[in-house]
Amino acid sequence: MIYAITIYGEPGVFEALPKDRQEEVMSGHGALQSALTDRGEFVSMKLMPPTSAVMVEPATTEGTAPLITDGPFAETKENFLGFYAADFKDLDEALEYAKMISSPVARLEVRPVAWAGGAISSE
Amino acid sequence: MSDWLEATITLHRPRALAALTRLFRDIDTAEEAFAEACLKALTVWPKDGTPRDPLAWLLTTARNSGLDHVRKSQRRAAILARHSEEFQLMPAETPDPDEMRDDVLRLLFICCHPELDRRDQIAIALRVVLGLSVDEIASGFLIRPKTMEQRITRTKKKIASNPVAFETPSPAERGARLGEVSLMVYLMFSEGWSTSAGQNQIKLTLCEEAIRLARLLAALFPAMGEQAALLALLLFQHARRHARIDTDGKLVALDDQDRSLWDRSDIAEATGLLQKAQRTGHHGVYIVQAAIAATHAHADSVDDTDWASIESHYAALYALLPTPVIRLNQIAAQAKLHGPYYALKAMETLAQDLSTYRWFHAMRGGLLQETGDHNAAIAAFETVMNLGPTAPERVAITEKIEISQNKLRGV
Repeated sequence: MIYAITIYGEPGVFEALPKDRQEEVMSGHGALQSALTDRGEFVSMKLMPPTSAVMVEPATTEGTAPLITDGPFAETKENFLGFYAADFKDLDEALEYAKMISSPVARLEVRPVAWAGGAISSE
Repeated sequence: MSDWLEATITLHRPRALAALTRLFRDIDTAEEAFAEACLKALTVWPKDGTPRDPLAWLLTTARNSGLDHVRKSQRRAAILARHSEEFQLMPAETPDPDEMRDDVLRLLFICCHPELDRRDQIAIALRVVLGLSVDEIASGFLIRPKTMEQRITRTKKKIASNPVAFETPSPAERGARLGEVSLMVYLMFSEGWSTSAGQNQIKLTLCEEAIRLARLLAALFPAMGEQAALLALLLFQHARRHARIDTDGKLVALDDQDRSLWDRSDIAEATGLLQKAQRTGHHGVYIVQAAIAATHAHADSVDDTDWASIESHYAALYALLPTPVIRLNQIAAQAKLHGPYYALKAMETLAQDLSTYRWFHAMRGGLLQETGDHNAAIAAFETVMNLGPTAPERVAITEKIEISQNKLRGV
């Protein structure tokens, strides 16, 4: 089963940490990435800060184009920061891997993937 | 553990201080109240866990401790009487985004007080808005902490003597404040950039803090292309920080930098921000400057640089800001396109305006060197030496003089 390990946190907290703490967090990611590389294919993405985001809002009336806006009013509230996805034996295994990147700056969600295409496929 | 808490507090400080300053109508009271809330957070959060909305927690706690002080203080009793209704109304959650945005902008604008010297504006913003210690600020400016302390005290007195209105600003007023504040952020970065070289004095604090403020502005004003572009511009420039100083601490000119040392993730983020800013169709000074920086950032080498595009961006910038320095930069791009003779001729019109500008003479020396007129080149470089260059500039210019002297001797 493919599981996604999604990462939520307040944008900017990581950047405000002292360098050695940043390295601590990054070493967790380094360990997870090399462990995932060893066992097969995976995808991972780190999103840029929400200030760089643009929103495509659904058209309000039929026949009009979707509305492009300059992003949600960026607050410092918890935000989607990035994710990993890989094929795991079961939930327990996915959780074991997720623990490698656990840190006080991130809340992690481990959730089964219903469909995936591209680099890794659920079919 | 406290590192994580401090990072969270650092992140929320500008917004919290801004809201508290509006509430107490006084920066010192706001700072004291916030400091107490932070102390409380350092004991409560590790026990009870970080609150889901740390900003709201800090604001509520700071408001309560600030109110205690206000009640006890004769001097502030008048403030309390005047604004008692607002104190009652201040909610336990974060102020709404529009109000927060104006609060932060106001606090930054207070720092840009017109009677203040530009460096004092920057110093007070670093102290109050970003919460840097006096020592950190002093080392950023390369001055003694004691001197910095005195300057900050003096600055605060000036600010208190001429308060900024606390009403919600009109759109025009908001626009003017945003322009003034953005310029201060830009100059904070430049200050850090120009002092951060030579003799192991790599002081990037000011640059990093300016980027933090630019991030804050871009987050608060997501629809403003200029603020996204300002952040992009600073990131493009900051991306070169490791390449512009060599292992001996010597300044390396853009043309000679090892581009593999440029920070790719800064460039990627800046590129995304610039594309977002350009969607607004607005051609402000930061968008144009960021476009210039982007052209450099995406070129693999000097020869690979799209100088025609840089030249046209400088022409656009000169239309917005007709200063001799911008014209000089445009001519520098023309030199790459049309050669040194063309550029030297074009520079003649600026000779008077820029007679005391070091880069004018340094650039002229470089171009004269290209034409082989080494006597004139040496004269131009010597003019730079007489105009008080910084230590790293002195080293670079001395080397150039030696090159010309060697050429004349036929070495």
